Amino acid sequence: MRNTHATELLFDLSQPGRRAARFPNSDVPDQPLEEMIPDAFRRDNQDGGLPELTESDVIRHFLNLSTLNMSVDTHFYPLGSCTMKYNPKRHERMARLPGMVDLHPYQRLCDQQGMLRLLHDMQEMLAEIAGLPAVSLQPAAGAQGELAALLVASAWFRSRGETRTRVIFPSSAHGTNPASASIAGFECVQLENTSGGLVDLDELETQLDDQTAVFMITNPNTLGLFETQIESIAARVHDAGGLVYIDGANMNAIMGITRPGDFGGDMMHFNVHKTFTGPHGAGGPGAGPIAVRSELAEFLPGPVVTRTTDDDGQPRFELETPNRSIGRVRSFFGNVGILLRGYCYLRTLGREGVREAARHAVLNANYLKALLADLLPAPFGHHCMHEFVGSASNLKDARGITAMDIAKRLLDFGFHAPTIYFPLVVPEAMMIEPTETESKATLDAFAATLHEIAEEDLDFLRQAPHAAPVSRPDDVQAARQPILLWSPDDDTADDA
Amino acid sequence: MAYLFNTPDDIRSMLEAIGAESIDELFEQVPDHLQVDGLLDLPTGFSEPELEMHLRKLAAANCGGSSRVCLMGGGVYDHFIPAAVDEVASRGEFYTAYTPYQAEASQGSLQAFFEFQTLVCQLTGMEVSNASLYEGGTAVSEAVFMAMRVTKRYNRVVVLGSLHPEYQEVLETYLGNLSCQLDVIATPDGAADVNIVADSLNEETCCLVIQQPNVFGALEELEPLCQAAHDVGALAIVSFDPLSLGLLKTPAECGADIAVAEGQSLGIPAQYGGPFLGILACRQDHVRQMPGRLIGQTVDRNGQRCFVLNLQAREQHIRREKATSNICTNQGLLAIRATVYLSLLGRQGLVDVAELCCRKSHYAAERLGELPGFELMFSRPFFKEFTLRCQGDATDVINRAADAGFDLGPALGRFPRLRESLGEAADQTLLVAVTEQRTREEIDRLVESLAATSENSATPKTLTKPA
Repeated sequence: MRNTHATELLFDLSQPGRRAARFPNSDVPDQPLEEMIPDAFRRDNQDGGLPELTESDVIRHFLNLSTLNMSVDTHFYPLGSCTMKYNPKRHERMARLPGMVDLHPYQRLCDQQGMLRLLHDMQEMLAEIAGLPAVSLQPAAGAQGELAALLVASAWFRSRGETRTRVIFPSSAHGTNPASASIAGFECVQLENTSGGLVDLDELETQLDDQTAVFMITNPNTLGLFETQIESIAARVHDAGGLVYIDGANMNAIMGITRPGDFGGDMMHFNVHKTFTGPHGAGGPGAGPIAVRSELAEFLPGPVVTRTTDDDGQPRFELETPNRSIGRVRSFFGNVGILLRGYCYLRTLGREGVREAARHAVLNANYLKALLADLLPAPFGHHCMHEFVGSASNLKDARGITAMDIAKRLLDFGFHAPTIYFPLVVPEAMMIEPTETESKATLDAFAATLHEIAEEDLDFLRQAPHAAPVSRPDDVQAARQPILLWSPDDDTADDA
Repeated sequence: MAYLFNTPDDIRSMLEAIGAESIDELFEQVPDHLQVDGLLDLPTGFSEPELEMHLRKLAAANCGGSSRVCLMGGGVYDHFIPAAVDEVASRGEFYTAYTPYQAEASQGSLQAFFEFQTLVCQLTGMEVSNASLYEGGTAVSEAVFMAMRVTKRYNRVVVLGSLHPEYQEVLETYLGNLSCQLDVIATPDGAADVNIVADSLNEETCCLVIQQPNVFGALEELEPLCQAAHDVGALAIVSFDPLSLGLLKTPAECGADIAVAEGQSLGIPAQYGGPFLGILACRQDHVRQMPGRLIGQTVDRNGQRCFVLNLQAREQHIRREKATSNICTNQGLLAIRATVYLSLLGRQGLVDVAELCCRKSHYAAERLGELPGFELMFSRPFFKEFTLRCQGDATDVINRAADAGFDLGPALGRFPRLRESLGEAADQTLLVAVTEQRTREEIDRLVESLAATSENSATPKTLTKPA
């Protein structure tokens, strides 16, 4: 039973004179404000301008809003490329422990030894999984990891008296790859072809030259395929004097199975909020640690945690900025709350669990791919890794049903939609990543639902979803006349 | 095995459906010699009770704000967090959801972010806010990049030396591979001299970056500084403290073109420095140059009001190398925390918190400044944080305070970038921040304990070098 009153905008719920948070009266000697802060600095309008609500207004509002979301806790969420795996509840409790949640970043080193030990051990575990020895936990998200690593690369080239200007990536790369390269000051070169869904070595060859700084590659790639020729790719990039960057967005397929450092990568990032079950937080926070080869270590953003031994033989942890560091990429240490959850996850899985998680992620994806082979065939590859990209082209040709229609209709059945229309190389793409934390029963139900949808009336599908809180928002109107905040005279809301 | 749900029977029938003999076979794409032989060198797995015991041990080796009275500042503050904030943020429907690309499945997040954008605009007086950036430091860098695009001046950025040194460092890093000059104007008096700043700006300058209150806690003369930027056609970027706006003029009133902030004080715990909340708001004219996500209101097929990701043509997943930023994952859950926090405070609560911070910090400054061997470093007006100068090494004072149960700092000597502004006093200065949570009794006790130990300056040095 939906409480539509409670989900009016906060500003429409506001009533003059209401308030939730109350604070004690001042207990220090009274002093006129203007003696402390001259009038010239103080705001004229003394009311702060915010809405006025009671605590129960606020709680009802947000709890009712929350029910308008789909989430991993409530639904199967096979969003390709996003690794929407279960977020263990124990992590949330650990992140709130006193001593962790209230630790100030400028606390004395002797007061943060427990945290530094955790972060140090996290660095070590990530280095082991990457097969790359040096780790910086600082980047706040995958995209910032990319940027940091590209800046590391450019500093490394400069240190060798080289200035290389170009970053190459396949057309199937995440948008963050070119965006990061561009912000780091590089020229972007996109490979347009694929060879059976993989990088076309010949095309890569034609683009490599003495200006090639970095080749960025997601492995497994965004089609859910392992780049089988990754060693040859890396060798060619290295022969041209460039570095290989592994976008670790898809590490869930290969953790404990194969390591970027072993297959030719020089640098990589992890998405802790994906692979190590962050969680995603409705769009963040994430954490995007990077791992690099030893010769790049001294350029890493800092601080990083180092371990020494004190006079009593006890381990002692310190913060250190690498010698020729590119500098900070953000204030303070990093997105520690997320790193801590990732640490809890890796300590829970342990060496066997890490490998098993990857194996089951791949098993689940291949099983779902097999169940959907007739309906959404994947044009590339035989077995897939942790995800596959099926195509709804046959349905579109036969019945006019698009990937969009299917995605929207799935919501009515209580399934979040897969990623659609990416990567572009597959027409009517549906990128499906079930993750390892789903059972066969869920996958069976999902596949059965897709088959049921494929038989439904086209007009009915075109108007889906029917049971969701809203249906097919008008994006065009949103962009034409952007309404980006509430304003008192806006009454369009009341028309519906 | 933790978090795996298929039974052996399931696995058998799944492999059969796939047409594979084993899970190993599914990894045929990964050349054999590239596969890890055996297991990685990681610890063995913990059960839940073991994990909890381990984490409690690590936490006990830290000394968080709950074990001492926190008067630490430098960009992270010990403000009160109402229980309702944690309650909402622990809803699985929020924290286990993805970025709201699928509008029909994400109206809860989308509306909360739309409300966040509105609250930021109400708070700052600016006309449009995005739905969050990583944190305060990168928010400054993103604002600078935005100013370059707006002014089409790519060669010179000017920042005040009183900008948080870590924010300065982030900006240096972001500009590291670009041919853009970064000029830092020292602020030896604790805040900028408007004439010196005005003289140093020119027609090449894309922006002037000002922090209010600045890293020393002092208030900058924002209006003439913003005007000086405008006089040469540059944008004024103001990094503000959200709670200070219960008392201080808004960035918009002062002439800021882009207002950015660290939103940690809006209901977000210290967490050793993150995750925090980057805020960025600007004037409507510049909306298409903004970085990050924007939520817009529209109507659905049935004419019902709803919310969507808007103006996505600025973003990396559409525009790729021409995007206004590379940001994808942002700080959604922290934006939700801030939204709940501000809704709970309301217009009067914001004023109350700001006034309490102001009154208590002024009381603490007066008492500490009277102590023998201590003085306020600057005579500028301040809001909730001030720079204390002591005789001798500031880290000794921090140690003495810790022994008495108080956390002060950071010592400003740890920041090389502040040395030009602080001169020879650098190692003698530290920050003290006083939030609404502190009581007169705590402040008096701090003052007494520092007075009692100030004679004995031979306190053993237990601190090591800062990072």
